[in-house]
Amino acid sequence: MNDMADTGEQTIKKFLYVNRKAPYGTIYALESLEVVLIGAAFEQDVSLAFLDDGVFQLMKGQDTADIGVKNFSPTYRALGDFEVTKLFVEKESLEERGLSEDDLMEITYEDEDDDWEEKPSIHLVNRSELAAVMAEQDVILSF
Amino acid sequence: MSILHTVNKSPFEKQSLSSCVAHASHGDAVLMIEDAVYGAVSGTAAAAQLEENKNISIYALGPDLNARGLGEAKLAEGVNVVDYNGFVELAVEHDKTQSWL
Amino acid sequence: MSYEVNGATVEHDEEGYITDLSAWNKDLAALIAKDENIDMNDEHWEVVNFLRDYYEEYQIAPAVRVLIKAVKKSMGKEKGNNKYLYTLFPYGPAKQACKIAGLPKPTGCV
Repeated sequence: MNDMADTGEQTIKKFLYVNRKAPYGTIYALESLEVVLIGAAFEQDVSLAFLDDGVFQLMKGQDTADIGVKNFSPTYRALGDFEVTKLFVEKESLEERGLSEDDLMEITYEDEDDDWEEKPSIHLVNRSELAAVMAEQDVILSF
Repeated sequence: MSILHTVNKSPFEKQSLSSCVAHASHGDAVLMIEDAVYGAVSGTAAAAQLEENKNISIYALGPDLNARGLGEAKLAEGVNVVDYNGFVELAVEHDKTQSWL
Repeated sequence: MSYEVNGATVEHDEEGYITDLSAWNKDLAALIAKDENIDMNDEHWEVVNFLRDYYEEYQIAPAVRVLIKAVKKSMGKEKGNNKYLYTLFPYGPAKQACKIAGLPKPTGCV
């Protein structure tokens, strides 16, 4: 039997960041993104969920030049570089808001285990699938 | 006595926009700003309520639409886009302003 | 607190990071580097330019592994490692190279 402390291995936990707020109107979306990036250093199994108004965070074509606020939407496209590669977007939330996947940014990552092939990070899921994602987590952080 | 109503909350999170439209009188204007501009997207329950009400004029603030990636093509019929100067003009044109927070 | 370069004044915070990203230029970078006891050569510039390009596209400094991958690509395998980055920037690529590149101080542990 391997003692984990002896091998230097650490338990990897499943972390889910739940994003339910639109960007810019409140600080939640940006705060979440910053925590995700800082948390990436701990090399856990990270997923992001976007539901309710959180789906607006991933809208393409955001241009904040005229509201004097930093446009942080390009940073979602860098998440793959921080090994954050699972972004679950709730279908019902998009539909209720008159949106479809075409309205979202294209976000990809390079799969280290598959010859650096570029793969999509966004997974469209329905409400019950997202509930199942939530159920399997060890830690859930809400924004 | 006309009123310029401003709304700044997402219609999917709060009832501000719905309540505002329900209380607006003939000749009033409703201006969606900040997160309320999501109410201007066509095909939503919020936009349907706006389209129903023919007595009031509906505006959305352009800089807030742009920030959120909402181009003209996504907007419901009857939504007029204004810039900051347009905001000021609306405030001048109406007798008073009411904020729906 | 500010840098003086080519007759212009550029504000910086208490750690030396410039506050207006658009005020950056190569002369300013060389000046910040001098304060850090770094004599800029082509490889320093390569790293600094990569950081600026990455920030321009993603509005964030890259993860260290991304930076290493980029260095490996442009300077060769033997230099594409953390150790080599530290020979270029002894106090850490994140801290020093970002400062010279005119980027904000990285928030994470990159």
